[in-house]
Amino acid sequence: MKVLVPIKRVIDYNVKVRVKADHSNVDLANVKMAINPFCEIAVEEAVRLKEAGIATEVITVSIGDKSCQEQLRTALALGADRAIQIETDENLDALNIAKLLQKIVEQEQPQLVILGKQSIDSDNNQTGQMLAALTGMPQGTFASEVKVEGDKVNVTREVDSGLQTVALNLPAIVTTDLRLNEPRYAKLPNIMKAKRKPLVVMPAADFGIDLRPRSTLLKVTPPAERQAGIIVDSVDTLIEKLKNEAKVIS
Amino acid sequence: MSILVFAEHDNSTLKADTLKTVAAAQAIGGDIHLLVAGSNCQAVAQEAAKTNGVSKVLVADNAAYEYQLAENISLLVTELAGDYDHILATALTTGKNFMPRVAALLDVAQISDIIAVESADTFVRPIYAGNAIATVQSLDSKKVITVRPTGFDAVAADGSAEIVSLDTVTDAGISAHVSDQLSESERPELGAADVVISGGRGMQNGDNFKLLEGIADKLGAAIGASRAAVDAGFVPNDMQVGQTGKIVAPDLYIAVGISGAIQHLAGMKDSKIIVAINKDAEAPIFQVADYGIVGDLFDVLPELEAKL
Ligand SMILES: Cc1cc2nc3c(=O)[nH]c(=O)nc-3n(C[C@H](O)[C@H](O)[C@H](O)COP(=O)(O)OP(=O)(O)OC[C@H]3O[C@@H](n4cnc5c(N)ncnc54)[C@H](O)[C@@H]3O)c2cc1C
Ligand SMILES: Cc1cc2nc3c(=O)[nH]c(=O)nc-3n(C[C@H](O)[C@H](O)[C@H](O)COP(=O)(O)OP(=O)(O)OC[C@H]3O[C@@H](n4cnc5c(N)ncnc54)[C@H](O)[C@@H]3O)c2cc1C
Repeated sequence: MKVLVPIKRVIDYNVKVRVKADHSNVDLANVKMAINPFCEIAVEEAVRLKEAGIATEVITVSIGDKSCQEQLRTALALGADRAIQIETDENLDALNIAKLLQKIVEQEQPQLVILGKQSIDSDNNQTGQMLAALTGMPQGTFASEVKVEGDKVNVTREVDSGLQTVALNLPAIVTTDLRLNEPRYAKLPNIMKAKRKPLVVMPAADFGIDLRPRSTLLKVTPPAERQAGIIVDSVDTLIEKLKNEAKVIS
Repeated sequence: MSILVFAEHDNSTLKADTLKTVAAAQAIGGDIHLLVAGSNCQAVAQEAAKTNGVSKVLVADNAAYEYQLAENISLLVTELAGDYDHILATALTTGKNFMPRVAALLDVAQISDIIAVESADTFVRPIYAGNAIATVQSLDSKKVITVRPTGFDAVAADGSAEIVSLDTVTDAGISAHVSDQLSESERPELGAADVVISGGRGMQNGDNFKLLEGIADKLGAAIGASRAAVDAGFVPNDMQVGQTGKIVAPDLYIAVGISGAIQHLAGMKDSKIIVAINKDAEAPIFQVADYGIVGDLFDVLPELEAKL
């Protein structure tokens, strides 16, 4: 079976973003970018399914401008077989991303689509669920274990009260959580090989979908900063402060 | 205007965070209905009917909703959506799971994790792990929104709404529940506790979390953890506090053996008072802590427990 892995180019998780002085957006000029960590976990899971003889082909897709080809190459170096870039300069919202991905699902007919549960920039946590709705597929979100068994996939999900396992008819959508796997590092020979793997570019406009924005970003402001407090010299002082100054314990 | 709020529950009790989501609905303004979808969930409906500001409780009580599978719940909510301008759910794992599905079925965007309401179409939400705050105006006719509980104060439970039973059953038939592995705890829930004490990689192993339990018992606290502590298998996943775990804002948050990565801070920096216990004086957690102790947690914790 084919596995499709949509990936997103985002700010590197170690970077603390800054808001632009005019409050129009965050400042991403000269900021280190990377593959969204949850997408990296998605690629790893797909590659492991291939190594286990369950998946036959791993296709990765990213929607964005030319720069996201860098992340597609990373996914190819991690073991994906081929890549698709849907080219757009627009900052599309999750619904429009899901609509474009739906077209790729129709073309490629994957049995499994594995996405990240959220991107660490917009923190939306929507795209996988939206793609599931548009394609009529069941969804296993926040996955910490994925087991393909015949025409079903069992997904163990990280939920607020612990873990929940669901059985989904294939084809299905999975979104990854942190404990699903630990992604490998791309080895140099694989990085070289990735340069020769197929990467096709398709303009978003060619899909004939209405991609009008559904929201307007009015402003982006910095959060209220916390002031660093004091270092206390003993447990006694700490308890005294918590009781009498902060009044949070009695 | 009319607003539908999805009630979070476990078929026996209503989750307190629902009262915060209703507060967000009140900030939008309009006739507010609560949807209780579950199986054998009449007790929840009774409880939900007491929510201040709610005029109607819709109850969909059917085996198809027992585990609140996204495939089935999203069909139900989409079917009801015609009557409402806004549809709200709490940004917990159930709401996060099914709501984007509702949005896509309605062909509208979702506004995730709002922390404030500016007007009926304009909302405030954190992005980039809370390092930027975006104000977003929705252009869709229907608004599908998830609400971050720490952004709103719960409404009172002193109302008396009408209870209406729904008999539509929406079963997509493409997914099934297999099993649950739930964490049992006598302590308050992380999201609801006034005091949270969390351990990180510095705890070294799961057994050492006992050092936090004695203190938690004395303070009536919930116990949390960093991602590193969960990844290492010290404690289960539902204890993770942070950008990609649970978001908490208690009166008192005590971080023990946690360095203070931005992803962890994203989940707790709105706490009223933060205490950090860490042996490294340079640890970034001290930059957000009101009170810090630089010391070995294996010395500090027993002393703290004894003296509280
Ligand atoms: C500061 C800021 C401002 C923005 N302003 C606007 C705006 O004004 N208007 C607007 O329409 N949008 C705007 N966006 C873009 C928008 O929020 C997201 O980029 C968009 O919703 C795409 O996905 P997500 O981040 O919501 O995905 P999530 O649902 O959080 O991501 C989940 C998964 O979906 C997949 N995925 C997500 N995006 C892609 C992609 N591009 N290609 C392939 N796979 C993907 C990945 O597997 C990812 O792990 C803005 C984003 C930011 C950070
Ligand atoms: C996509 C993504 C999502 C993430 N989401 C989250 C999230 O939701 N929540 C989260 O927490 N993290 C998250 N992280 C991980 C985050 O980046 C950090 O790696 C993590 O928070 C570190 O955990 P820690 O502070 O326990 O460990 P460390 O950074 O290793 O810190 C351990 C601390 O313990 C101190 N210490 C050690 N021994 C002692 C002792 N005996 N006495 C006192 N102090 C001691 C050390 O000085 C150190 O400061 C995420 C990362 C990524 C990439």
